[in-house]
Amino acid sequence: MVVNKKIRLIASALCLTAIAAVSTMLPSDCNAKATKKAVTKQAECSPRGEILSLSCASCHGTDGKSAGIIPSINGRSVEYLETALKDFKAGARPSTVMARHTKGYTDEELRLIAEYFGTLSNNK
Amino acid sequence: MSNTLSRRDFNKLLLSGVAGSALGLFGRSNNAFASSKRVVVIGGGFGGAAAAKYLRKLDPSIKVTLVEPKAVFYTCPFSNWVLGGLKTMQDIAHNYEVLQNKYQVTVVADVATALDVNKNQVTLKSGKVLGYDRLIVAPGIDFKYDAIEGYSESVANSVMPHAWQAGAQTTLLHKQLLDMKDGGKVFIAAPANPFRCPPGPYERVSMIAHYLKEKKPLSKIVIFDAKDSFSKQGLFKKGWERFYPGMIEWRAASMGGKITKVDAATMMVTTEFGAEKGDVINIIPAQKAGKIAVDAGLTDGTGWCPINPVSFESTLHPGVHVIGDATIAGAMPKSGFAASSQGKVAAAAIVRLFQGKVPAPPSLVNTCYSLLAPNYAISVAGVYKLAVGGIVEIKGSGGLTPIDASDDHLHQEAMFAEGWYQNISLDTWG
Ligand SMILES: Cc1cc2nc3c(=O)[nH]c(=O)nc-3n(C[C@H](O)[C@H](O)[C@H](O)COP(=O)(O)OP(=O)(O)OC[C@H]3O[C@@H](n4cnc5c(N)ncnc54)[C@H](O)[C@@H]3O)c2cc1C
Repeated sequence: MVVNKKIRLIASALCLTAIAAVSTMLPSDCNAKATKKAVTKQAECSPRGEILSLSCASCHGTDGKSAGIIPSINGRSVEYLETALKDFKAGARPSTVMARHTKGYTDEELRLIAEYFGTLSNNK
Repeated sequence: MSNTLSRRDFNKLLLSGVAGSALGLFGRSNNAFASSKRVVVIGGGFGGAAAAKYLRKLDPSIKVTLVEPKAVFYTCPFSNWVLGGLKTMQDIAHNYEVLQNKYQVTVVADVATALDVNKNQVTLKSGKVLGYDRLIVAPGIDFKYDAIEGYSESVANSVMPHAWQAGAQTTLLHKQLLDMKDGGKVFIAAPANPFRCPPGPYERVSMIAHYLKEKKPLSKIVIFDAKDSFSKQGLFKKGWERFYPGMIEWRAASMGGKITKVDAATMMVTTEFGAEKGDVINIIPAQKAGKIAVDAGLTDGTGWCPINPVSFESTLHPGVHVIGDATIAGAMPKSGFAASSQGKVAAAAIVRLFQGKVPAPPSLVNTCYSLLAPNYAISVAGVYKLAVGGIVEIKGSGGLTPIDASDDHLHQEAMFAEGWYQNISLDTWG
């Protein structure tokens, strides 16, 4: 399909622009992180990690900082969070709703979520 | 391009991973790296307030104006707990000070009365006109009062409250319950799908039953249902048998549950089985998208707003995003949690669109707790993604509290319900 090819072109063009632009503008959390990372590792930010993680705040609090009985996830390490999430999914860690939630994500997505909150806490 | 690609094709593309890049698909204001980034949000409930906060949090260069007439927002979540005597109205009251002062959202206490989608303008009741680059419409629901003969807004405000928007309506229903004599009959009419908070009427029944059991144990509750089954039905019935045996009667639509007429003067309700007199009558009418969405032509024949699930942009008016109860969001229920999740997806999408970038594919979540008795709560959870047919629940995820859950588990869910309320309130208004 012609459309498909065109889109592919636009997509790669946008990627390049995005990477070039990243250091000068783009204040969103996800992009700010990308800037830091770009220096060291991959130049790719994870808008996917961000979109997967924002809903967690409804129970765990904004930026994962909980006010009440539900555990805070802010301030936890990426490794801790990734292991916990995968254990919930596998049923290795008992839960009321976390198993039901984690089963909605691939292992890769759980890693992105762990990275999102893990990195947030390192940055703030 | 949006003319040559059908929605289905678009979704396919999106799933293939190269997709969304066709920025032309996302409305008109796709001026990449826009210099002007003004967003107006109509409605400061679960969807609108969360969207306003997260827009400012994700990109402080965006100017956000929130239009909401109420200075104090009473949440529907936990309003049933107020009826049960477990919370006060003060416990469910929130205001816009933190949004205004900490997140620098410009909060305008007014009502949006008209949209001009060609000029990108919102007109307010005061006559003031606001310009926008992108608009978020989050007005919640409105009621189809005329679906039941004899019911009207004035009957709801005086005699038979719906209490399906919290505030004065909750207080009215609460007062009626407090004033009722022991041995009285409480009627609750539950609407057909789709409606705000599918388990809500049944949590309400539980909380009213809790109050009656303690203070007026000879009383009865009859649920007149316009459906033949309801959310978390098995779990509710199990709890009702345990805590409130003999007190609650549920009538399915096909068993005389559908109310066709009410008479406020005589406190009678009529079904195909005849007329009956109640002492407290709570009518939850059928619903549609909030008035401004209807007036602005954002709704389709269903009475709700069709959207592009990547950005929650209206499929009828580009540049206008609709979130929360007012939308048609595939498999997602109309809940505060869902509205908040959608508000964040829309906010993140708008941030990327202003940057001339493609929004990330959406990830959406819901959890709804229902309290059946103190220390006894059940829940339904869902994780959603975009598939070819729209927003679908991810297979194998989500679902209900197990029917054989232990008392410890149910107790824990009751504690998590409170934890959830505390955190979502802070995440939205705090
Ligand atoms: C009894 C009950 C219990 C519930 N319990 C739960 C629960 O436990 N968990 C859960 O997740 N959900 C629950 N819900 C559902 C939840 O309340 C709704 O789904 C949620 O409020 C939807 O959010 P919204 O932003 O779409 O609308 P709303 O929260 O209703 O916000 C809409 C706002 O828009 C404003 N508005 C409307 N029109 C205009 C206009 N023209 N101009 C300016 N402002 C306007 C209104 O004043 C209002 O403040 C419950 C609902 C009920 C009735």
